[in-house]
Amino acid sequence: MNRRLTWFNATSLTLGFAFLYLPMLILIIFSFNESKLVTVWAGFSPKWYGELLRNEQFLDAAWVTLKVAALSSTLATVLGTMAAYVLVRAGRFPGRTLFSGMIYAPLVMPEVITGLSLLLLFIAIGLDRGVFTIVLAHTTFAMCYVSVVVSSRLMTFDRSLEEAALDLGCTPFEAFRLVTLPIITPAVISGWLLAFTLSLDDLVIASFASGPSSTTLPIKIFSAVRLGVSPEINALSTIMIGIVAVGVITASLVSKRAIQRQRREEVEGVRA
Amino acid sequence: MAQSKPQNVFAPWNDPQEKPLIRFQNVTKRFGTFTAIDNLTLDIYRREFFALLGPSGCGKTTMMRMLAGFETPTEGTILIDGVDVGPIPPNKRAVNMMFQSYALFPHLTVEDNIAFGLRRDKTDRSSIADRVSEMLRLTRLEKFAKRKPHQISGGQRQRVALARSLAKAPKLLLLDEPLGALDRKLREQTQFELMDIQEKTGTTFVIVTHDQEEAMTVASRVAVMDHGKVIQVDTPAGIYETPNSVYVADFIGDVNIIRGKAHPADGGLIRIHYAEGAEPILATPTQPVAAGQDVAFAIRPEKIVVAWEPDHSRANHARGKIIDIAYLGNISTYHLELPSGQKVSAQMTNARRLARRDFTWDDEVWLSWSDTAGVVLQD
Ligand SMILES: Nc1ncnc2c1ncn2[C@@H]1O[C@H](COP(=O)(O)OP(=O)(O)OP(=O)(O)O)[C@@H](O)[C@H]1O
Ligand SMILES: [Mg+2]
Repeated sequence: MNRRLTWFNATSLTLGFAFLYLPMLILIIFSFNESKLVTVWAGFSPKWYGELLRNEQFLDAAWVTLKVAALSSTLATVLGTMAAYVLVRAGRFPGRTLFSGMIYAPLVMPEVITGLSLLLLFIAIGLDRGVFTIVLAHTTFAMCYVSVVVSSRLMTFDRSLEEAALDLGCTPFEAFRLVTLPIITPAVISGWLLAFTLSLDDLVIASFASGPSSTTLPIKIFSAVRLGVSPEINALSTIMIGIVAVGVITASLVSKRAIQRQRREEVEGVRA
Repeated sequence: MAQSKPQNVFAPWNDPQEKPLIRFQNVTKRFGTFTAIDNLTLDIYRREFFALLGPSGCGKTTMMRMLAGFETPTEGTILIDGVDVGPIPPNKRAVNMMFQSYALFPHLTVEDNIAFGLRRDKTDRSSIADRVSEMLRLTRLEKFAKRKPHQISGGQRQRVALARSLAKAPKLLLLDEPLGALDRKLREQTQFELMDIQEKTGTTFVIVTHDQEEAMTVASRVAVMDHGKVIQVDTPAGIYETPNSVYVADFIGDVNIIRGKAHPADGGLIRIHYAEGAEPILATPTQPVAAGQDVAFAIRPEKIVVAWEPDHSRANHARGKIIDIAYLGNISTYHLELPSGQKVSAQMTNARRLARRDFTWDDEVWLSWSDTAGVVLQD
């Protein structure tokens, strides 16, 4: 098979990537603009990054965002893994279809609806909106992503490994901790990273769940942009692009390698 | 043969005082509408080496999984040591199982796989290490102790699975095709190791095997299964010499089945008329046979003598034409055709070098066998 790029393929590739990355590229370039005017290039300068570090409001929002992302992704990973385990392992119990449908529904639910219903709930039970409510809200919607990732790994998991562990004297919990969990760890980690990035860039749900005392970075950026785009925002966005890019690339490399290794082990196991 | 063994032989199944270690009482296991185990009643005694033999899908693994606690019987009860094990979870049973698929933990080294069960028992470290190295030595895996399961060969993996199940020295050990992936020599050595372990520890073994020779070598008793039912349980010699059905006779070893009608003869013997014009076969039935009843006469190839002349010390003779000879070194198998068209195989040991080279294809020879050489089966 001829694997070289044809003229046509090269063009579509260039167009596609341009479409995806040109806006970001422009944003990154203008974050180094000397001028305060966003659309006029006036020479290179990293000064807006310095400004950013002195902007208390942005720094606070960044801190809140990281805290929320770390907490909610961890909670979502625990809950999502548990739900996936029950769904894949418990066999047929009454209401199984309903339960699995209900876990996956938030995936397709419009975020506005999820956010609004959470807001109503928080008001109804008299919960003050703040970091805590954002964490709760993010956990709710991220846990279904985690359970999708983890359950697809569990489906291919050889059940007799758990049986062997029980046979050798493990309690069901020990079997999970010593055998199942170590083997599905790569999937759990990718689930966590997915939940983390989802929380990091969520605007809609966070704006419903946040209170005046706590704003996340996306909310901050969004409200700042309404007053006009400043080079400072460009600088901030560039940093976020950098963080997300590094995170996504590491995650995919790590999980790809782990998955490849497991594939190999399983294939060898089957061949035996 | 079982009948001629001395009295002090190990045969707890003949002793009415002896309590069985395992008792299946009318156990049925269904998967949906499919019946995997069909009303099974069976006793297995302490220190037995009990072999399960049967075609693929007949329910051997299912039986073991019920003993280990991974499946619950749909009907009936299983008693181990007189206790109904129905409510006991797998991790509380003093039973270890070696899985047909090995089920080695892929994230642990060979060593850690073997130590896994020992660590659950809060045994102290040094005795775990001792036990693990003993198991590694036994299964000749010392060199691979630090490798992961995917870094060793299929036969080595099988030995790891075996070592892991042996490590805890349970009172009941279930081995699901433990030696299938080993070469002949290693398999024989391991068989003897297993028998040795059993001798030393008094463990009861239930072993599934597709290899009849293996069942014959190691087993105290053999159960031949078909479609979820046990067809016959007996000592290896009993199964081989006195099968209770054509199915069992055919399943274990080679056998010639000759079908015909029985007629009583003198001295409790019968004559089996199997073909027009052929001399009827004189045979000794184990059960009374009615005149004119349809029977199957089962005779093993090695019980038939092939010669140029009929052997008059034996009761039955028939002419046959050699249609094929399989020379296997120590023995030769002759495939013959009787005048009636019936195909029969006969086996002779090659006691002298090149001695029987004088028989060749298309030779007309005489077959002779005694009246007790075969079994009369009614089914
Ligand atoms: N969980 C299950 N659900 C449905 N059917 C099953 C299940 N487990 C086993 N069976 C069926 O029960 C029958 C007996 O299976 P089992 O595994 O005991 O066979 P086996 O005698 O061990 O065969 P083999 O020699 O091939 O290992 C098979 O026909 C199998 O398809
Ligand atoms: Mg099986």
